[in-house]
Amino acid sequence: MATKEKSKISKEVLLDLHRRMVRIRLLEEAAGRLASEAKIPGFIHLYVGEEAVAAGGCVALTEEDQITSTHRGHGHLVAKGGLFKPMMAEFMGRATGYCKGKGGSMHISDLDLGMLGANGIVGAGVPHAVGAAFANKYRKNNLVTMAFFGDGATNIGAFHEAANMACALHLPVIFMCENNEYAEYTPRDRVMAITDVADRAVAYGMPGVIVDGMDVVAVYEAAKAAVERARNGEGPSMIECKTYRFYNHAGVNAFGTPYRTDEEVREWMERDPVKLFEAQLELAKVLTTEEAQAIHNEIQGEVDEAIEYAEASPMPDPLTDMLTDVYTEAS
Amino acid sequence: MAVTETETEERVIRYNEAFTETLQELMREDPDIFIAGEDVGRYGGVFQSFAGLNAEFGDERVVDTPIAEQAIIGLGIGAAAMGLRPIVDLMFMDFVMVAMDQIANQAAKMKYMYGGKASLPLTITTTAGAGLGAAAQHSQSLEAWLIHVPGLKVVYPSNAYDLKGLLVSCVRDDNPTIITLHKKMLGSKAHVPEGLYEIPLGVANIVRPGTDVTVVAIGKMVDEAKKAADILSEEGIDIEIIDPRSLLPFDTETVVQSAKKTNRIVIVHEAVRNGGIGAEIAAQIQEEAFDYLDAPIARVGAPFSPVPFSPALEMSYVPSAESIIEGVRGVLHRIA
Ligand SMILES: Cc1ncc(C[n+]2csc(CCOP(=O)(O)OP(=O)(O)O)c2C)c(N)n1
Ligand SMILES: [Mg+2]
Repeated sequence: MATKEKSKISKEVLLDLHRRMVRIRLLEEAAGRLASEAKIPGFIHLYVGEEAVAAGGCVALTEEDQITSTHRGHGHLVAKGGLFKPMMAEFMGRATGYCKGKGGSMHISDLDLGMLGANGIVGAGVPHAVGAAFANKYRKNNLVTMAFFGDGATNIGAFHEAANMACALHLPVIFMCENNEYAEYTPRDRVMAITDVADRAVAYGMPGVIVDGMDVVAVYEAAKAAVERARNGEGPSMIECKTYRFYNHAGVNAFGTPYRTDEEVREWMERDPVKLFEAQLELAKVLTTEEAQAIHNEIQGEVDEAIEYAEASPMPDPLTDMLTDVYTEAS
Repeated sequence: MAVTETETEERVIRYNEAFTETLQELMREDPDIFIAGEDVGRYGGVFQSFAGLNAEFGDERVVDTPIAEQAIIGLGIGAAAMGLRPIVDLMFMDFVMVAMDQIANQAAKMKYMYGGKASLPLTITTTAGAGLGAAAQHSQSLEAWLIHVPGLKVVYPSNAYDLKGLLVSCVRDDNPTIITLHKKMLGSKAHVPEGLYEIPLGVANIVRPGTDVTVVAIGKMVDEAKKAADILSEEGIDIEIIDPRSLLPFDTETVVQSAKKTNRIVIVHEAVRNGGIGAEIAAQIQEEAFDYLDAPIARVGAPFSPVPFSPALEMSYVPSAESIIEGVRGVLHRIA
């Protein structure tokens, strides 16, 4: 990130980007710990390493704009304003969670925040973003929708159908690809003949740009331009963020996996988006190391409180809660 | 025949290993067999069910595919139509829905629509089942969706021994077959002989003979039924457990014979009770053995909701030995 470019962005926005990234990081590290202690059941897909994408994307949105998410959705919800307490409670399957314990990590969401849902079916959220954008255009409310999805998701039909439809209908959608080079345990080059997902954009008639997904300012600026385009009625865009997940596909092992080398993981960790940004903020005299630490401490306190809250929360009751929320009751 | 020492030492392996070994033995025998699916190649599958196969047979025969369930099944269909014998994997049974057109409109109907010319020796492997905190989209048992489709064969092995024999029959069958493993049974062990053997599709297994109540149990529910049988036998209640093994074709005859003997039936499956395979089995039994029944046929299945995430909910969501016992007591307390 050139210091010159950054100066165009207000201090307020820079600090917002930073705060949202740290919020994701600290919540995720805690969630990982709790999962390895079996306090969080089920599969957990951590967002650590990819914080710049969710933060950069969501800071470019307003509170009313919408996003769709993936199986790796914690970061998206945090970036969209998700609160720690109901998130932690949901991870632990408590009745006080965002989804009343019915969805868990993989389905974390809060529609009130414009976060239309983490999803267990790869690519399935992308068409929802097209539908939300359709509703925005229909209502002429000037809102936009950002679909987050992985590199792997761009191989499934739902993605292609949605991208084409969004362009054909000229809808206010931003296609935000988190290209972390792997789909589960299979590297991209075994399942795609192209290197850059952004190349796909041209096939549908939208611009596709590639940004350094470890540089939150680069992500933010690309997102801001795409959001502006969408809001001005100029149609969809695609942004490919080159990023990396620090941990295994699921769970908390970073190293010692057979499908990627420890060396590769370390190289990417050296480009830790949170640390990179903090170094830049210090250089630009926006945030001192001490101030950054104070923010970490404050957020860590909030994470700890959320864990206490979740652990003290009741479990849902099979007798009363199992069959509710299957249908909307007539009002 | 004299039983030698080695013959009495039964080889016991895991359900998951039985799957891998069967694929390996089949592929060594038939060069037309190839495997395709997500993560099945280099990584050996998310449950390591395909471990070592890519190393032995190479990228051409054990293919890592993109995340593209429709194209994965379609790949199998096209290759099968050309005479290969594809084994294609859908990592989770929930993803059957993503590929349903290719399965139900294409694979299942091609033979009939094209006047009998297209034979599709296609096997779809997948994993079903709740109990892992995997929530609504990674826990379902969707066999009922599949048995509604003429042209498919649907198999749900309840133990490692059956898994091997049924998988061999599926792969050697010249029709599209779907074989469903249960995620919670991957580590369960049983005696499995080395070498290939077939268990014919459409032949049920009487897992435990009994006199008082017939329990028809599907997949992992066979284990739960066995637990229920142990508890009930202490009270002098003797249940007969039938594992259909193959759901389509279904061995109506064996189940009806049992109904005529015990006069009381409980059907248990892990899927949602409503519209589940239990409804079909119950209908078939009453068509053929109505006059023998001393109580309405009972069905034990999951409540009518998506699979919940929270263990507090999921634990009572999934049918268990207790719910089977409750079902058995229910049909016993009806006076004929
Ligand atoms: C339709 C479907 N197929 C397969 C899976 C299993 N699965 C879960 S995550 C994943 C990889 C997704 O890769 P990508 O889109 O790049 O996201 P990442 O995990 O890298 O963030 C796969 C194959 C799934 N959940 N849904
Ligand atoms: Mg990826």
